Amino acid sequence: MSTVNIKINGIPAEVEAGSTILTAARKAGFKIPTLCYHPDLPAWASCGICVVKIEGSPKMLRACAATVSEGMSVITQDPEIHEIRKTVLELILSTHPNDCLQCLRNGQCELQTMAADFGIREVPFEARVQEIPRDESSCSIVFNPQKCIKCGRCVNVCQQLQDVWALEFIGRGDGTRMAGAGDVVLNETPCIKCGQCSAHCPVGAIYEVDETHKLLEAIHTPDLHVAVQIAPAVRVAIGEAFGMEPGEITTGKIYAALRRLGVDAVFDTNFAADLTIMEEGTEFVSRLTKGTGAIPLITSCCPAWTDYMEKYFPDMIPHFSTAKSPMMMQGAVTKTYYAQKANIDPAKICSVAIMPCTAKKYETRRSDNMQSSGYNDVDFVLTTRELARLIKAQGIEFTKLPDEKADSPIGMYSGAGTIFGNTGGVMEAAIRTAYNLITGKNLEKVEVDAVRGMEGVKRGAINVDGTEVRVAVAHGMANVRDLMKEVQQAREEGKEPPYHFIEVMACRGGCIAGGGQPYFTTDEVRRKRVEGIYKDDEASTVRCSHENPEIIEIYKDFLGSPNSHTAHQYLHTEYVPRPLYRK
Amino acid sequence: MNFKQYILVCGGTGCESSKSDEIYRNLLSAAESKDVKSDVQILKTGCFGLCEKGPIVKVLPDESFYVHVKPEDATEIIEEHVIKGREVKRLLYDTSDSKANKAMENLDFYQKQFRIVLRNCGVINPEDIDEYIARDGYAALSKVLSEMTPDDVIAELKISGLRGRGGAGFPTWLKWNLTKEVESDQKYVVCNADEGDPGAYMDRSTLEGDPHSLIEAMAIAAYTIGADYGYIYIRAEYPLAINRLKIAMEQARGYGLLGKDILGSGFNFDLEIRLGAGAFVCGEETALIASLEGERGMPRPRPPFPSVKGVFGKPTVINNVETWANVPVILHKGGKWFASIGTEDSKGTKVFALTGKINNSGLVEVPMGTTLREIVYDIGGGIKDGKKFKAVQTGGPSGGVITADYIDTPIDYASLQKLGSIMGSGGMIIMDEDDCMVDVAKFYLDFTVDESCGKCAPCRVGGKTMLHLLEGITKGKGTMDDIEKMKKIALGMSKASLCGLGQTAPNPVLSTLRYFEDEYLAHIQEKRCPAGKCKDLTVYEIISDKCIGCGLCARRCPVSCISGEKRQPHVIDQEKCIKCGECYSVCKFEAVSKK
Amino acid sequence: MGKLTLEELKKLRESKQKEMSLRDTSDKNVHIIIGMGTCGIAAGAKDAYSAFVDELAAHNLGNVTVKQTGCMGLCHAEPTVEVIMPEMPRIIYGNVNAQVARDIVRKHVLGKILVNDHVFDRPAIDIVEGGGN
Repeated sequence: MSTVNIKINGIPAEVEAGSTILTAARKAGFKIPTLCYHPDLPAWASCGICVVKIEGSPKMLRACAATVSEGMSVITQDPEIHEIRKTVLELILSTHPNDCLQCLRNGQCELQTMAADFGIREVPFEARVQEIPRDESSCSIVFNPQKCIKCGRCVNVCQQLQDVWALEFIGRGDGTRMAGAGDVVLNETPCIKCGQCSAHCPVGAIYEVDETHKLLEAIHTPDLHVAVQIAPAVRVAIGEAFGMEPGEITTGKIYAALRRLGVDAVFDTNFAADLTIMEEGTEFVSRLTKGTGAIPLITSCCPAWTDYMEKYFPDMIPHFSTAKSPMMMQGAVTKTYYAQKANIDPAKICSVAIMPCTAKKYETRRSDNMQSSGYNDVDFVLTTRELARLIKAQGIEFTKLPDEKADSPIGMYSGAGTIFGNTGGVMEAAIRTAYNLITGKNLEKVEVDAVRGMEGVKRGAINVDGTEVRVAVAHGMANVRDLMKEVQQAREEGKEPPYHFIEVMACRGGCIAGGGQPYFTTDEVRRKRVEGIYKDDEASTVRCSHENPEIIEIYKDFLGSPNSHTAHQYLHTEYVPRPLYRK
Repeated sequence: MNFKQYILVCGGTGCESSKSDEIYRNLLSAAESKDVKSDVQILKTGCFGLCEKGPIVKVLPDESFYVHVKPEDATEIIEEHVIKGREVKRLLYDTSDSKANKAMENLDFYQKQFRIVLRNCGVINPEDIDEYIARDGYAALSKVLSEMTPDDVIAELKISGLRGRGGAGFPTWLKWNLTKEVESDQKYVVCNADEGDPGAYMDRSTLEGDPHSLIEAMAIAAYTIGADYGYIYIRAEYPLAINRLKIAMEQARGYGLLGKDILGSGFNFDLEIRLGAGAFVCGEETALIASLEGERGMPRPRPPFPSVKGVFGKPTVINNVETWANVPVILHKGGKWFASIGTEDSKGTKVFALTGKINNSGLVEVPMGTTLREIVYDIGGGIKDGKKFKAVQTGGPSGGVITADYIDTPIDYASLQKLGSIMGSGGMIIMDEDDCMVDVAKFYLDFTVDESCGKCAPCRVGGKTMLHLLEGITKGKGTMDDIEKMKKIALGMSKASLCGLGQTAPNPVLSTLRYFEDEYLAHIQEKRCPAGKCKDLTVYEIISDKCIGCGLCARRCPVSCISGEKRQPHVIDQEKCIKCGECYSVCKFEAVSKK
Repeated sequence: MGKLTLEELKKLRESKQKEMSLRDTSDKNVHIIIGMGTCGIAAGAKDAYSAFVDELAAHNLGNVTVKQTGCMGLCHAEPTVEVIMPEMPRIIYGNVNAQVARDIVRKHVLGKILVNDHVFDRPAIDIVEGGGN
């Protein structure tokens, strides 16, 4: 690492060459305020809050974008800088509605926090709030342009991190606003509902469709049996909303909280993750060894990814695993297998999923297969953020809850099920079982290091009984396009496919950093959540899906064998090409 | 075949819009029908500069300078001038001394000018590369490719002292050298032809009148920095310039002056035109790059500067049209020659677009150091209608005003900056006693607010908020507090805006506050607009001593708010008055006062 | 025309410069002014005009302009031509046909010798010192 010597507020510091003034200053213990900057994104440099002075230069630089150079002397704070930052902040506030008390981001808003930090007591400029109606066309995301401060994070996330291009700046100057690309409502854009825009928005301008009231209504409806499943990634993140560290495993507390909210049955999506592995793993082995379908097989448990594929890569449809996502499988078996076992009329079951994801809200209605039980397999979805809000609103002291257990017969999970929550996890879980399906024995070391880590695209080869199985794992939608192009090119040239099995998750880091997870997710937070997930795996006595006793039981009692007719009826789906723009 | 006479028809956009193309076609057909086609060559050239008098037709070698020519005059020019050898006197530029001054060079308008950038405008046919070549075109490129190393070129530019003509005046040699020093597999040269200041059209005229000078200059730069490709970013509103550029590029390719192995030197270079949609902010180089790359035209933070990370992330030299146009001349005639023109701080010439309350509006090119007085009075012919000169706005919406007190200031980068304005791209808007300076500031701010891309908060919000404050002041609703608020916003905008547009947008306000604070105070404290420009503050009253009761004003008033008996003094109902000023202008007895 | 070499570019420039120099009046010090009134044209001024232009081109004379003017009032001697150049007096020639025009170029302009037979307005001999024959 080459370094340069600089001065920050007169204090000498040796910092990494090429780092931004912002990073350098933070390392040296000076916090430069930022508003538009987000560590996930290249500096957009729009807000103008982070300006600093460089000795000898009449111009002020943006700390988020300017890099350090040898001998540079930076001043991060003086009365003039403070005055300028405050003026800019006041200007921004003059265009922002003053209804913090009614805002969904109240208490978690970056603008609100900054106003508090700057001690803003009044805004000297006339209030000018854009009169633009809310866009409630999407089943996942609400866009309230009135609150938008044009920081550009949502647009850049959508375009740069996710490569979806559903959001765009429209208009210019004072009339600039964020809108669906082509100025159509969100539902008509190529939006894949990943919700990364909502997770990155510093204010309450773009957020998940709030369905918390539906859960309360269901709980208070007599005779309705409310069964709730929680996704793998929720357990390592929800604690953050209650002041816990990212990555702390709170599975038992979530079960307990749900019971205290009044739900009737608490299940775990991890169970269905194991089920997915049984189906998808079997499908993979059959395609690989018997040529029953297109290779590479591509995972389909991420609904944002399937939506993206249906819009941008419809020619890849044959490569997709027909296995439903764990959430939809869990929903299907809740209203069939569980209903039978518990002797409950499936019409009287309300199936609810707690997900780290906003696209999951869309997935429940994406095709007819989502009513395989004859009812909505999943009635509605709450994101992690919504559940956290609900727990707070209902006066439940989350951190003080005891650790409880999930309900049988669809609540038990293996370590393979839990690692579904982060990038590489589905692949690793599938390898654990596929290896067994092919060789009849388990891997000596169940951890597959090649598919772990935060690299955007991870490639590896696994030796299965002398056969090399080539795998690739991509996360963050922008990393997927090249991978798909690789496959397409090999196909066009009539070459051997570059991979046998590909896992894709739309969000960077996987579901642990999904669009419905607690705010302020950065790579540091991702790393801690992933650690939590792997800890949960390591702590599991059963590490492979095929060894989960409840999985063995459901095949014995209900499904028959993986990929059986019954399994197909309830646990598989299909994909159709969809237009980028509706209308 | 040799022609006896030459008729040059101005083909600049200004003259074209007053039918110069029709004049040109009529001349051709008249020459055809009178059978003098082989005697007279009729060509379209670039802009002559004296746009106020357009369309302009010049006949050589007689040096007859015809102005305000109409299409129907074509036959007369052919029959009288070409065939009979008699000048069409009624079309000659009317000067007080009849014969001595009729030649273009002798007109006051041209006397103090010194043409480097516009050297070929109005002289050659811009659609004929041979004519450019005859005027020493591509001689500089030949010299550079056959005799000079990139370092030689940089050294020559350094000697010349050429600074960027697009605004900030960054030394051109330094810009090129920075790009030259960066290691990269690919580099680019870019011409910024996204001229956008209100009233400015220097670049358009240069492109229309002399497109090859740009191509030659860009090839020289490419050779110097190690690039092999260039872009001309030009606004789509300049169709004529685009067309001439396309023709020029085609011709240059035909001669192998663009393409592979230029002049047998092994050097490759080619060019592409990229059209801008005319957003003002795309004149800012990082926004230009974004737009050129196909992105929304919004600025990016600097550093990194384009010389390090420009088009498609590659090192890029961006210069504006006028800067480029200087380059071939400098390399042909030498940096020393160029440095002998101008002042210590600013070398060479500067083209200004003279507009506003001036008699000879048009394009003028003067040596740096020429005083404002020379430009306004000697070249520009003074203020319209004999009114009093009040101020001139330089630097467009990024600049400021220079008042009558400083009219003898020699114009160069440093002196303008000292006065709180900038050189900018060369717009010069002349204002007279009837112009209200608060209104002028409002006009410019309105422009930048409208053209703000909306990316950064200081410019997006600050500009609009400041504009509202100004509007309030011109409506008589301002308070003294507003001036403080404007100063506060100005500081925030100038320091925290992302690009030059926002950083300089408050300049017209700050500059008018500096020199004309009394006008602001009159608006705020006395609710009065001294220039009588701000409608909401203007009061029209009938002076009863002077009014004879003719009733003309009452009949003309569009809202019927003037009443009175015949032959008795009339009265204006102030409640209803819309301040259109009609009564003031129709009264033959000066009985209406305007305050 | 195809791709140019350095040499070809230079040649092209030179030939085009010659052609265009007729237009350029800035560094020209010799002026030939032809009376092109109705009478002049009727008497053959156009032929003379063409002859001037051709002859000047043939001798590569870039410093000469040929302009036309109206009737000089010397209608009996049309076509009339005035020649103005340094080191020579202002001379008006009369009855200038094509041949005379060529002579004027060769003798007067190039040789600084008056074309005696056609001098209409002959100045006093002392002014033509060293010039007259």
